[in-house]
Amino acid sequence: MSKDMMRAFELYQPDSVDNAVELLDRFGSESWALAGGNDTLDWFKDRAKFASSVVDLSGIEALRGIRETDDGIEIGALTSLTDIETSVLIQERYSVLSDAARRVASPQIRNTGTIGGNVCQDARCWYYRYGVDCYRAGGTTCYADTPEGQNREHCLWGADRCVAVSPSDTAPALVVLDAEMVIQNAEGERVVSAEEFFIGPEVDIERMTVLEPGDLLTAIRIPNDWAGAQFYFEKVADRNSWDFALVNIASAMVLEGGTIARIRMAAGAVECVPRRLNVVEEVVTGSAPDEATAALAGQAAVRGAAPLNYNHFKIPLLENLVKRAIRG
Amino acid sequence: MAYQLLGKDFTPPDIQAKVTGRAKYAEDVRAEGMVFARLLTSPVPHGRINNIDASAALATEGVIGVLTADDEGADGLLTNEPKHVGDLILAVAAVDETTAQDAIDKIVIDIEPLDFVVDPLDSLYPGGPSAWADGNNIGGGRTGLEPRRVKWTAQDFAAVEEGQLPFGEAAWEWSYGDIEEGLADASFVIDESFVSQGNSHHSMEPRTTMAYWENGKCVVHSGCQSLTATLPSLARQCGVELEDLVYINEYCGGGFGSKGTVTHGGIAARLSKKINRPVMLRISRHEEFYIGSARGTLQGRVRLGFRADGRIMAIDFQVVQDGGANGGFQDSGDAAAALSIIYQPLSMRYRGIPVRTNTTPRGPQRGPGQNQIAAAVEPFIDQAARELGLDRFEIRKINAPDNEARMGGNQVPVTSAYMPEALERGAELFDWENKRQLSRTRNGSKVYGVGIGQAYHDVGRRGYDGLVVLTPDGKLHLHSGVGNLGTYSYAGTTRAAAELLKCDWDNCIVHQGTNMRFLPNASTQTGSNTCWTMVRTNVVAAWDAIAKLKEIAAMDLGGDPEDYEIGEHRVFQKDNSDQGLTYAQAAQRAIELGGKFSGETPPEDLHQTTKIAVEGLAGTGLVGVAKDNLPMEGDVPALACGFAGVEVDLETGEVELLDYVGVADCGTVIHPQGLSQQMKGGTVWGIGMALFERQIYDPQNGLPGNIGFEQCKPPGYLDVPSTMAWDAVDLPDPQNPVGTRGIGEPPQGAAAAAIVCAISDALDGHLFKRTPIVPDMIINHTAGREPSNGVLQIHTA
Repeated sequence: MSKDMMRAFELYQPDSVDNAVELLDRFGSESWALAGGNDTLDWFKDRAKFASSVVDLSGIEALRGIRETDDGIEIGALTSLTDIETSVLIQERYSVLSDAARRVASPQIRNTGTIGGNVCQDARCWYYRYGVDCYRAGGTTCYADTPEGQNREHCLWGADRCVAVSPSDTAPALVVLDAEMVIQNAEGERVVSAEEFFIGPEVDIERMTVLEPGDLLTAIRIPNDWAGAQFYFEKVADRNSWDFALVNIASAMVLEGGTIARIRMAAGAVECVPRRLNVVEEVVTGSAPDEATAALAGQAAVRGAAPLNYNHFKIPLLENLVKRAIRG
Repeated sequence: MAYQLLGKDFTPPDIQAKVTGRAKYAEDVRAEGMVFARLLTSPVPHGRINNIDASAALATEGVIGVLTADDEGADGLLTNEPKHVGDLILAVAAVDETTAQDAIDKIVIDIEPLDFVVDPLDSLYPGGPSAWADGNNIGGGRTGLEPRRVKWTAQDFAAVEEGQLPFGEAAWEWSYGDIEEGLADASFVIDESFVSQGNSHHSMEPRTTMAYWENGKCVVHSGCQSLTATLPSLARQCGVELEDLVYINEYCGGGFGSKGTVTHGGIAARLSKKINRPVMLRISRHEEFYIGSARGTLQGRVRLGFRADGRIMAIDFQVVQDGGANGGFQDSGDAAAALSIIYQPLSMRYRGIPVRTNTTPRGPQRGPGQNQIAAAVEPFIDQAARELGLDRFEIRKINAPDNEARMGGNQVPVTSAYMPEALERGAELFDWENKRQLSRTRNGSKVYGVGIGQAYHDVGRRGYDGLVVLTPDGKLHLHSGVGNLGTYSYAGTTRAAAELLKCDWDNCIVHQGTNMRFLPNASTQTGSNTCWTMVRTNVVAAWDAIAKLKEIAAMDLGGDPEDYEIGEHRVFQKDNSDQGLTYAQAAQRAIELGGKFSGETPPEDLHQTTKIAVEGLAGTGLVGVAKDNLPMEGDVPALACGFAGVEVDLETGEVELLDYVGVADCGTVIHPQGLSQQMKGGTVWGIGMALFERQIYDPQNGLPGNIGFEQCKPPGYLDVPSTMAWDAVDLPDPQNPVGTRGIGEPPQGAAAAAIVCAISDALDGHLFKRTPIVPDMIINHTAGREPSNGVLQIHTA
């Protein structure tokens, strides 16, 4: 609260993934992986979070770049959002991701912000960011989920002591692309799907992803399954410059003979994780992407939504965005 | 009138330093032995400090000292009764900021929590909490009211319908005419309650101060909108006499009302004196949100009575103003004045009350009161036009102020006003006739709407001093006590003196930035008054210099002073231009003559600040110095109107501003580039007021939800059109010698109102009755859902 002054910490600047992983393992919960710094430095300046050993990843070239693989592409976790936004390869095959990257924050932040940092960023609940002792911060209350809590930006689903939402714009896009997240630690490498990468408060209220101390997200792999599909991404926010989504939507759709043969759809900022809209996918598969299908999809998307005091607008907003995604 | 300098762009003397980075702001200053201070701010919205244990902090290596409210002269700068989250409790000085902040983390404070309140209506309710422990819930700050306790009765609250603003005892009120008769005779009456949100200040440069003591003088570096106007209050903060204060303020990174005077410089000065080291007190962005003040939130109700032709018969305006922790500014009265001048109602009643809350202190922000009320009330004018079958342009014209306009409860005249001409010009540039035909046309999920907005601010003061010196090298030295707040008015206003003295600009030197450069007493650079006010002081100084030039010439060359003329840096005989003196020669003669000619015996009526300045300059040349005693009759208005075209996406609630035209009525334009900057900057602010900017407080905990740009949401460059057209009426004001008036404030209100009206137009006349209009409000409306906020609810997202 009103600190705006970082504490001193030890800065480590490894030049390889192995060195970084060794440092993260050595310092465990006292370590912090630093990528673009847009999230990290806010926490540090506010003194709301602190790590005595900061591992600066910027010197590890292996973590940067977009590479073709036998089964798709692999994006280094340190690749800037600008590079993803402007990659011809991504624009041609997976434009939902480049479109999502283009809507993150502002051009300046996209120049320094990384895809890894964007998916790993912490909850944006203003109470939590303020530094109060809420559940997510290890306390015993939620300030937002109260009769007078200012919860306009909070969740429609998945409330479990915490009502924060997934703030990432690229996360829903990665979910619909069925991306795989490559994680390394001292034990070796493991790969989890994007859908499983993000976790809600019912799993661990103090984390937004499966990453634990010592883990490092090194790459994101996108398979060819959805390459060239009909994509849709839209973000609604208060401002065009540096703002987080009120709701965002990502979808990948394959049409055959005028009907929807395959579809994946996910929404951000409505739950603590990117919300996979399985019901919508089921409802619309086999139908033409027309107005009637869009209307059904919109209704299906919002079933079971449990709004808080100030965020019931997210219900019609999500419904509208799902319709627009179906209509293309 | 054709001028050589006025009405033309010029390169301000400081611009190179700014664009090359050579400009040194307060934060860039260093001094030998300087230490850094950090502030401990209140974690609670209201409390009483029972004990401060700073022993562990003081024992920390590198920590030099601590200043609390109990130190000499620090009470008022720091407090033992914090009244809002972020209120300043103490300052710690250390060898670096990290050490100071680490030391603050070791300080143990025993704070007893006290009742707090964030909604003025809660404080006015019988038995409701008061923001101060003494129980006084109104007054102080810059309200001009003595602090006192005001609670309304339960009957006051019960007398109105749900969603209507209740009203009880007023702190301010005035009226003229018979409003009840006006409302009774009206063909249409609108009665609406509304809310306008407070906005935090976002000056790029935080209010950093560096201070030290040298030879008994206190030296203060701090960015501030004003310069000499802040000297007396800064001297009091520092505990020195005026002549013992050295103030350096060459550059100011924006103020917009939040830095009218140096507000926290005394902390660095007092701490410096205590520890005998230069102290740098760098204010962080977070702290700026806490102590930088905010626009007053308004909860209002207005009854407007219209004749069939659209003429406004009566306005009944009542308003509750969130005065924040300090008591607030005068937004509600300024709002009332704006209503009275913009609409020229035949009768009007105003009742207002500022209420203290445990929220950030409130102060003036660009068009305080006037701009909020423009955005709130202009949509009601459109509503009346719809009901009466009138064009929205015509209903504004029939009420618009001209040279016969009157203002406020005393119905004072205006110096001049050309709103009808401004509206005509705007309608032409915007192509209102054609664009209004496009109202409510669809483009997929988007609907087009157009709107007009009008706004006002009072922009004139008198009684300040002007000071110029002609030196024996032939140069004209223009001493400007005006602050360098980014408008370049510190230089622009001096060009009036250069113009009258018929000097080439290349032969002029502008002195500003510190009282060490001998600057005269000037107005504060607030309220857009500088243009009108300080042009007059430069004119009277120039007149004084011209009179002395002619007097010296007559003395040396014969004849009477009135036989002489000036031009091309000479004073010469009208009928024989070969007989004359150069300015350089006249300046040399002034030094030889002494007395009034070279500043040894300045006029008695000068301000003390100016007397000190003239004393410093005495004997250096021909001194032109005078107080502005020119007549000033009536209010000096700045007026602006705006025309906006928007597209509203009914499915996402997003609004895009497609077209905008702003027109200024600011008298004679003396600096076109400066005016362009004010018009465009004001428009961007208007976009923020209409669509984005908010101030959030959690009512349960008194926590501010906006302590960064992300939460406050000022518009960024991706949120504004790449082009915004503007123009000016450019008709002279008769009470300014060169005809000029200021304009900084109303372009915001005009733009905000035009955008709000355009959104309403796109949505079939729907009235949101609050700003900003954010996507959730539009989505809920189009989806047929109830709004999330209550009608009078404030401090929400």
